[in-house]
Amino acid sequence: MKACVAAVLSATVLFAGGCKKDENKTDNKGATGGPQGSATPAGSGGAAPAVGVEIAILCGSVGKELDVCKQGVEAWEKKTGNKVKVVTAPPSSTEQLALAQQHLAAGSTDIDVFNVDIVWPGILGTFFLDLKQYSNGAEKEHFEAIVANNTIDGKLVAMPWFTDAGILYYRKDLLEKHKEKAPTTWEELSATAKKVQEAERKGGNKDIWGFVFQGKAYEGLTCNALEWVASFGGGTIIDAEGKVTIDNPDAAAALDLATTWVGSISPPGVLSYQEQESHALFISGNAVFMRNWPYAYALSQEEKSPVKDKVGIAVLPKGAGANARSAATLGGWNLAISKFSKHPKEAADLVLYLTSPEEQKRRAIVGSYQPTVVSVYQDKDVLEKNPMFSSLVDTFKNAVPRPSTATKSKYNRASTDFWDAVHAVLSKKAKAKDSLAELKGKLEGISRGGKW
Amino acid sequence: MADKLSRSRVRSAWVFLAPTLIVLALVAAWPLLRTIWYGFTDTSLLEMEKSKWVGLDNYTGKGGLLHNKEWWQAVRNTLWFTLLTVSIETVLGTIIALVLHRSFPGRGLVRAAVLIPWAIPTIVSARMWSWMLNDQFGIINHMLLGLGIIDTPKAWTADLAMTSIVLVDVWKTTPFMSLLILAALQMLPKECYEAAQIDGVHPVKVFFRVTLPLIRPALMVAVIFRALDAVRVFDLVYVLTTGTKDMATMSIYARQQLIDFNDVGYGSAASTLLFFIVALLTILYIFVGRVKLGDK
Repeated sequence: MKACVAAVLSATVLFAGGCKKDENKTDNKGATGGPQGSATPAGSGGAAPAVGVEIAILCGSVGKELDVCKQGVEAWEKKTGNKVKVVTAPPSSTEQLALAQQHLAAGSTDIDVFNVDIVWPGILGTFFLDLKQYSNGAEKEHFEAIVANNTIDGKLVAMPWFTDAGILYYRKDLLEKHKEKAPTTWEELSATAKKVQEAERKGGNKDIWGFVFQGKAYEGLTCNALEWVASFGGGTIIDAEGKVTIDNPDAAAALDLATTWVGSISPPGVLSYQEQESHALFISGNAVFMRNWPYAYALSQEEKSPVKDKVGIAVLPKGAGANARSAATLGGWNLAISKFSKHPKEAADLVLYLTSPEEQKRRAIVGSYQPTVVSVYQDKDVLEKNPMFSSLVDTFKNAVPRPSTATKSKYNRASTDFWDAVHAVLSKKAKAKDSLAELKGKLEGISRGGKW
Repeated sequence: MADKLSRSRVRSAWVFLAPTLIVLALVAAWPLLRTIWYGFTDTSLLEMEKSKWVGLDNYTGKGGLLHNKEWWQAVRNTLWFTLLTVSIETVLGTIIALVLHRSFPGRGLVRAAVLIPWAIPTIVSARMWSWMLNDQFGIINHMLLGLGIIDTPKAWTADLAMTSIVLVDVWKTTPFMSLLILAALQMLPKECYEAAQIDGVHPVKVFFRVTLPLIRPALMVAVIFRALDAVRVFDLVYVLTTGTKDMATMSIYARQQLIDFNDVGYGSAASTLLFFIVALLTILYIFVGRVKLGDK
């Protein structure tokens, strides 16, 4: 059955690639040197993309993500004359992964271009095409670490699209009003949040909360909790060799502190918040601090935003103890092409267009999506719109990766056990120490003693 | 002659039945058998072709379902949810049916209106409720705060998640219950009630001595339909809870293993157990029902 489908597939691909060979050639020659030029493998001997085919791309839907994605896609449609169907992905990355897995495992041809979280190449890599055959070296312009992360067994399975790191948002106006500074440690954050929250509530602002983050049991909680744990010097759950390191006193101390927030400076409902719920609360003016990704900055600065020009940005606070540091979880999304795609060449052209420096610049300006192309960080327009890109450059450089390289295809399972353990602690169903000890046992069970 | 006739009748019966049987075999029996078969293998979603027969490992092996605390937690959650929702829905459904059975102006309209929650797809109503139950912007908290019933916003979808899913399920499926019970009420013979009225029996006694025994068969059917449905609950829990394993039901658990963790073998085993639990409940219920009927 599968072989038959594959045969039919390759036949259509050949047909599409073969019969429309010449139509796009002139276009390629016109765009020399630009990203579009490198986007299509001009002169590399490959057939040029066909015109008039329809491909489908899966775009995320947190904040403005879908709109910004659609704008880029429309520009490519105009440029090439192809049609693109934009499929809306669910806002939770955990749900997106489930969706991608179902499509890919079924060999579905419905979606050509997938939006791939930085922790997925190890899980989904086998389903994606090697982009090196189309990229003409375009990946060299991107951050090396991300390209390395996306290279599985020598295959470049996904092209970096935007990168992410957790940052601290705060209300400049409220901190000034209550004579406080942006906190540098989590303890300070707790104290400042409490003070401002109490004072504001007394002043009649009844709905205000001190701090919001992503506390629902999903991938976002893994990102948040990893930041707490790493900032206390508690490691990264699983080390580079695959050894389970999470059961340590620093990690427990970090979770103990976070537990005190729920219900005091953070609403009890934070345990069901994803990114959207957090930024909704912050942008409506009802939170002093927020942990979120850079995308929320552009949202908070829109014309209709009640907190326009009142938002400050800082590195996430340090933990306590001897190994305290500031830690931001490395996030980010990439574009990959399904190996079942009927139009891989056109899909590759779209991917290379969307990841090109020009498009990344546009996305940085309209949506504060962080570029993965190194040169875009020198662009004046980008920096003017996104002051944090220059002030937080070290945060982004030293972002903490989730242990997806060590855990390979079992990453999602390890992450699920981690966020479940953390969620149990935050909702006060378990003590941090016991929960982490149990987690260690589970992770060692899944990995057969750290071998993964 | 007669023999020949009956044989040809049997044949045409099979011919007429065949399309249904074929469709059933394709959409019900085949997937079910495949699921059961997968439950004995270690198939991964990422490489469906490569699978190894592992016998009962997924059930009784080390780390098998029967030794898995998380799975048992899911079983407990599911049964608790089923017990709560079905009992509340039965009581409420009966009350609503009794009210709707009386004649009052606009009865047709009310009967139709009552069905609206049941007609909305669960995933849609779950989403709708998740916004209404939102701790910061939700209308439920807003109303309760306004009425002074609570003084701080409640986190309906976090620590009160079980209460929320029970409430929403009751809201959604009580109409189904009342409709089935109403149908039963309308079939009841008037004579019994006239006799009771002449004898001057108290209405409450009439309900327990006349109405309830008469509608019991229909009530049983309604209860078992609801219970089987509740055991499979997925969408409400998926949308309205925080997604932790302590809130998972059996369907959620099976899906997580199958899709999120790519473990088709283990997930299929979990689905198979769910199937057997549903089957067991049905048999038990029918059996218990028969015995009681026999006693009379």
